[in-house]
Formats: sequence, structure tokens, C-alpha cells
Amino acid sequence: MDIDLILRVYPFFIEAAWVTIQLSVLTTILGLACGALGAAARMSRLAVFRWIGAAYVSVFRGTPALIQVFILYFGGPQIGIQLDSFAAGTIALGVNIGAYMTETIRGAIVSVDKGQTEASRTLGMSRWKTMRYVILPQAMRMMIRPLGVNINALIKGTALVAPISVVELTYTAQRFIGSTYKPFEMFLLAGLLYMVIIYVAGQGIAWLDRRARIT
Amino acid sequence: MGLDFTVVPSYFGVLLMGAGWTIAITVAAGLLSFFGGIFFAVVALYGHWAIRLPFRLFAWLFMGTPLLLQLFLIYFGLIQIGIDLPAFVAGVIGLGLHFAVYNSELIQASILAVDKGQYEGARTLGLSRLQTLRYIVVPQAVRAVVPPMGNNMIALLKDSALVSVIGVMELTLAAQQAISRTYRPFEFYLAAAACYYVINLALEAGLRRLERRFQASR
Repeated sequence: MDIDLILRVYPFFIEAAWVTIQLSVLTTILGLACGALGAAARMSRLAVFRWIGAAYVSVFRGTPALIQVFILYFGGPQIGIQLDSFAAGTIALGVNIGAYMTETIRGAIVSVDKGQTEASRTLGMSRWKTMRYVILPQAMRMMIRPLGVNINALIKGTALVAPISVVELTYTAQRFIGSTYKPFEMFLLAGLLYMVIIYVAGQGIAWLDRRARIT
Repeated sequence: MGLDFTVVPSYFGVLLMGAGWTIAITVAAGLLSFFGGIFFAVVALYGHWAIRLPFRLFAWLFMGTPLLLQLFLIYFGLIQIGIDLPAFVAGVIGLGLHFAVYNSELIQASILAVDKGQYEGARTLGLSRLQTLRYIVVPQAVRAVVPPMGNNMIALLKDSALVSVIGVMELTLAAQQAISRTYRPFEFYLAAAACYYVINLALEAGLRRLERRFQASR
């Protein structure tokens, strides 16, 4: 192992790790927004919305995320959407993970006992109030862990913007493998930084989960 | 520059061949991930600690890092130690190993989830250790592992698009070739996405049948 080389190049990897962190945070926010909207659509009373929600999940989960990134970044300009690679990558990945989060959020809401809805409705609460004060508080607690699984996958998924030249960890590793011919060292450097990011995110999610527990 | 899908049909053959390669890679890497997963699980559960430890480290590294990064490591790493494999083989090894690690975790969990009383009962009835595994534990573990492993296969199909980055000729790279000649990225990536979607539907239908078969034998 070439320690000298690692010491020389690691500042570039630290900088790239910040980009990966930014990508991860923005993708998570966008994914949660898409997931909440998607879940609402999937459970709507209107068949049109249910259909749109189902199509969203099916299409974005049924095709590779890499292709979705390429369509937006390379194909976007053809339909008048001109984005830089960071924005295109973030949006494509966020909408992609949103399809997975839709199912996570919906699953948590559906898993709340049906009797709760019936009881609240019988007590005269509106559909919206039932959702807001009875179902969601319980569902939120249950969705933290599975959303954590989505976020874990999403952090690794940010590597998919390397092919469109966003200078994040994987792109940086690839560039230095090309210039130094030290694939193992570069893999370890980038890999350890990914694992630190994933570890910290995991700790944050575990903390949220503990706080949300009612015992 | 508007959209013009009329250019797509003339590259139908290119896309079809790409789709064929995508299926070939998925099947090859799927088999490798299946048998590799069993091997890793056996080592992790029953291996000597001196063998178990490096495997644990390997699994930890592979589960905590992106597949694309691993593909770069395998493709360029093998070249560096003097093994110049065709991109296709490197891609299959990378995808296969990546998912073997995930499959191994599933297999370990499903074997450990089989109630301990089942072991004890079988051993008390005079079955050997191997017989207990073969006739009691494995059949139950297999039923539990089929659905999540099926999900891994679906993920593998979609992640096979990543090997285009190390130059493996498959659907995504086929689309890129058509794009480099026509400058129509939107149309061709969309066409490629449609192909993936169809292959994905077929794979899902096949997996559902497999699941039903394993459930029926309960």
C-alpha cells in the first residue's frame, strides 16, 4: 500500500466527500417529498391519482436509475430542460428514490390498524383529521427504520452521478485510478469515506427512531 | 431540437442485441451471486474464525460502498495485478460478487431464523448433522429466502446498466452507440428504459411463479 500517495491525494477525496454529502442530503429531501406525494396519490380516493401514483412507482422502480440520470441530463435539453450535472443528478436520483420511499411510506400507513380509522371516523373526525391526528403519528414512528434503509441505499446510489462527471467520491476515485494506477488505494480511500457517511447517517436515523419510540 | 422517435426503429437490431447481452449478464451474474452467496454464507456460519474474519471484512467493505466503485476496483485492479479480463467477465464478476454478499446475508439470516428446537428435535431423532441440515433446516430456510433473493435479482438486472461504464456491451452502451451516431439521447435512453422495463416485468412474473411453487410445497 502506497501511504505517501494516499497522504498526497486525500484532500481531494475529502472535498469530494462533501459533494457526496450534499448530494445525499438534497436527494433525501427530494425523495421524501416525492415519497409523501406518491403515497398520498397511491391512497387517494380519486382513481386518476391512484393510477398516476402506481405508474410513478412502477416506471421508476422498473428501470435503472442510471438511465433515468442519463435521460434527464443528456435528453433534457431536447425537451427544453437544461440543467448542470449536479442539479440533473440530484433531481433524477431524488425522484428515483422517491418511488421507493412512496412504497415505504404507504406501507407504514397501511400497517396502522384499520380499527383506528373506523373508530376515529365513528367519533366524527373527518378523513383528514383522522389521518393527521390518529394515523400519521403512528405511521411516522414505523416508517423511520425502513426509510433509513432507503437512505442507506441512496447514499451509495449517489455514485451514479459519476458518469455524468459530478466530482463526487466515485468520480474522484475513478480519476485518480486513471492517473496513478493504484485502484486498491483509491477504492479504500473513497470506500472508507462512504462508510463514514453511511455510519453517521445510520446513527442519526437510529437516534430518531429511539426518540420516536413510545414505551 | 424537438423529439423524433422515427429514428429509433432503424436501430432496433442494436438495441435488441444490447438487451440480449443485458439478459446474459444478468443470468451469469445472477448465478454467480446465488452460488457465491451460498458459499459465503456457509463460510460465515460454519467456517474457522481465521477464514471467517477476512470474509467478514470483505462483506463489510462491499455492503458499505457503491457498486460502481467496486466495478472500478475489480476492472482496474485485475489489470494492475496482470489479469487482463474482457470487460464482460469483469462486469459479471463485479455484479456477481456484489450481490453474492447481499445474498449471503439473506441466507445466513434465514438459516439462523429456523427454530433451534428443530435442530434439537432432528438430532434427538437420530439424524446426523448433515441430514438435519439437508432435510430439516435447508428446506425451511429456502422458503424464507426466495422472495428477498428475488428482489436482489431484480436489483441486479437494473444495476447491470452500471457495467456500461467499464465498457461492457449491453443495453445501456448499445443506446449510447446509437446516440453517438444520431445525437438523440432522449429517444434512445427512453427506448432502452422501455426494454429494461419489459425485461423487468418478465423477471418479476417468473419470480412470482417460483415463489408460488415454493409456497405450495409447504
